[in-house]
Amino acid sequence: MLRYIAQRILAAIPVMGFVALFVFLLLRLSPGDPAAIIAGDAATPEQLEAIRERLGLNEPIYTQFFDWVSRLLQGDFGTSILSGTPVIDMIMGRLEPTVSLALTTIVLAILIAVPLGVIAAWKHGTLIDRLVMAISVLGFSVPVFVIAYVMIQVFAMNLKWLPVQGFKSIFDGVGPFAERIALPTLTLTLLYIALIARITRTSMLEVMGEDYVRTARAKGLREGRVLMRHALRNCAVPIVTVIGIGFALIISGVVVTESVFNLPGIGRLTVDAVLARDYPVIQAVILLASLVYVVINLLIDIAYVLLDPRIRYA
Amino acid sequence: MSQPVLDVRDLRIALNGDPDAQVVKGIDLKIHAGETMCLVGESGSGKSLTSLATMGLLPSVLKPIAGSISLGGEELLTASPRRLRQLRATDMAMIFQEPMTALNPVMRVGQQIAEVLDAHSSMVGSDRRKRVLEMMEHVHLPDVARIYNSFPHQLSGGQRQRIMIAMALVLKPRLLIADEPTTALDVTTQAQILKLIRELREEQGTAVLFITHDMGVVSEIADDVTVLKLGEVMEVQKVDALLRTPRTQYSRDLLKAVPSLIPREPRPALADAVPALETKDLRKVYATATLFGGKKETVAAKDVTLNLQPGRTLGIVGESGSGKSTVARCIVRLIEPTAGSVQVSGTEIATIPQAQLKPHRKRVQIVFQDPFRSLNPRIEVGESIIEGPTNFGVSRADAMKRARELLELVGLPASAVDRFPHQFSGGQRQRIAIARALAMDPDLLVADEAVSALDVSVQDQVLKLLDEIQSRMGIAILFITHDLRVAAQICDDVMVMQRGAVVEYGPAGEVLANPRTDYTRTLIEAAPGRHWDFGAFRPVAGVEPALG
Repeated sequence: MLRYIAQRILAAIPVMGFVALFVFLLLRLSPGDPAAIIAGDAATPEQLEAIRERLGLNEPIYTQFFDWVSRLLQGDFGTSILSGTPVIDMIMGRLEPTVSLALTTIVLAILIAVPLGVIAAWKHGTLIDRLVMAISVLGFSVPVFVIAYVMIQVFAMNLKWLPVQGFKSIFDGVGPFAERIALPTLTLTLLYIALIARITRTSMLEVMGEDYVRTARAKGLREGRVLMRHALRNCAVPIVTVIGIGFALIISGVVVTESVFNLPGIGRLTVDAVLARDYPVIQAVILLASLVYVVINLLIDIAYVLLDPRIRYA
Repeated sequence: MSQPVLDVRDLRIALNGDPDAQVVKGIDLKIHAGETMCLVGESGSGKSLTSLATMGLLPSVLKPIAGSISLGGEELLTASPRRLRQLRATDMAMIFQEPMTALNPVMRVGQQIAEVLDAHSSMVGSDRRKRVLEMMEHVHLPDVARIYNSFPHQLSGGQRQRIMIAMALVLKPRLLIADEPTTALDVTTQAQILKLIRELREEQGTAVLFITHDMGVVSEIADDVTVLKLGEVMEVQKVDALLRTPRTQYSRDLLKAVPSLIPREPRPALADAVPALETKDLRKVYATATLFGGKKETVAAKDVTLNLQPGRTLGIVGESGSGKSTVARCIVRLIEPTAGSVQVSGTEIATIPQAQLKPHRKRVQIVFQDPFRSLNPRIEVGESIIEGPTNFGVSRADAMKRARELLELVGLPASAVDRFPHQFSGGQRQRIAIARALAMDPDLLVADEAVSALDVSVQDQVLKLLDEIQSRMGIAILFITHDLRVAAQICDDVMVMQRGAVVEYGPAGEVLANPRTDYTRTLIEAAPGRHWDFGAFRPVAGVEPALG
């Protein structure tokens, strides 16, 4: 197992290497002069030359790449063209709102979706089942911004229960944090409830036809125990996979939700950087997203071993 | 006489509760304490449904619509779900056919037994664990402390079934229902499990309802036998009486269809033709890398040398893990042999690279065990049959014409080409699989457990079909089977394998009638009902069998 984890971490190095290469070329191989792209339409020749100098664009391309990578490895992601602050600081500053939102969204989704999926499968074909499926279709099909504005209209404007926008760190107190994270979480979680409830229901339906579920019933166990200990436990692998990928998706940036609720997170940072052609920031954000996917996939694979004793990695 | 433990009267089960769609049509059944009642019948006879109805575990589309099932005087059909739950495992318990799938794969087996005590007794902690370990010892599991913490996939098939039995009997129920509990097991393991069930029945005075399709098993375990056909009782008799003097034609047919263990008359060997198949020192090794860069080798087949002439049948028999299927797969080149030679009609195919193998593929065809999974469900039968020939350049029209002829040859209407596999029964599908293989005009047909999934009467028909095709087409057949009875009836030569090695190889008459090795003898002795000549309705000459 340890050997497997070590292998996987080693295997992640070339993956990240390719991502780095791609991110590097993104700017260099775009048609036209990178300096002109960065500087925008109204730049003077002096400004362009200054940018070229700063980015080392006058060096051979492979030298530029290795310089860039070696700086990355030292934690130097460059400075933002827009604000002039180090990119690493900008990312770190934006991580908290996004991670907070990802955690609250996924935890809420699991708490609601897994029981819903189990009940839908248990009451397969009944009104409850169809209701759960209808909610799930709704969750998939209504655009996030629509849900967001409806939430704001209802809970912030009409009922005045919650603030419209903004973010407060959990370290400044749980109350203010919860107040502000509630609406974005509710908005975003609907999609993940739909996703997780569906996969739970499908896996449960499959597993409930298995012989060992019949055995569990033949033992005279209560239905709850049959469902939870015998059926749900055997659905863990697909459910955990979906949860993991969902989590990675949120971390790598939830543009709409963060924009609507004015959360200063990675998604907003990405949008701002793209609009401003702030290439060092864009590059850092892509690298971060790739790293999150690699790490979460590794964690999912490790979770498989804990969840299913038949899976052993050599 | 005392009250029966289980008393089923006029039980009727119908699809969706519709009286016109009855699948069990008025079954009666009585079992007393300490007795074993065998429920015998082919697929669709309703034997499993009767037992599931007793446990209250029928699938929801099937509903009992009339009759009564009483367990020690208590009516079960009208009992509440809560009452049924209380009775399960305490008064009635069930074990199933496939112990691998019947046990929860992600739960330690000890806990799976302990769960029964959790649900029905107040035993906790170390008492509970002690009781489970005791019960595991009672079913003769070795090293119980280790096995308690094992997961099902870490145990052998026999050990898993022992766990199921321990789970079923830990609370000493009055009724044990065993649904084909040994069908998925090797013969030697089967013999042990049958012995265990007999032993526990005597010790605990359990009434046993034993469901099986295997007359050999019936002769080993039954006191009484109920023969079912399509949801109706054909007859009920003491086992000895049934085997000697079956009253109905259906029972007689069932018994006659049981292949005899006595090898058939050997066929004269042909003059030296080119062998259809010849292997020399065929070897297959699976290597897995270990933690410290070393290699762990598993020899799946070692030094298999055989020779099969056109028009003859060679059987490879052995238990699971013996390497018989590995040999078959190497010969068909579904897997790569590690070493040795395989010659099909004089051409070496063991070493040809995959890319150049295509012209040789058509000379060897294979028929698999499970006809429900070996035919693509979304492709018409005709298309499945012509796929091979058209791939080799035969025109579609010619191939389809041949497909029609072949379907008639295997006893199906030519119009079957336009239908889908699900429209056929298991036996018919296996005929289609055979027609598909024959469409390639192979020199060699490999049948990998090709009749094991079929009912005995259907099995009998398919074996006859293979025989007929062989004499008509002069094809060589390599027959892989775990069933010595089948081997005795179809093979000219027999090879016995154990753990990858050839134990014995020679004419069927010699190997099966006068085995030279202990292992072959063990296999033959473990074959259930070996003392009965079922087709002749009498014990094998000179032996008076002990029944029940």
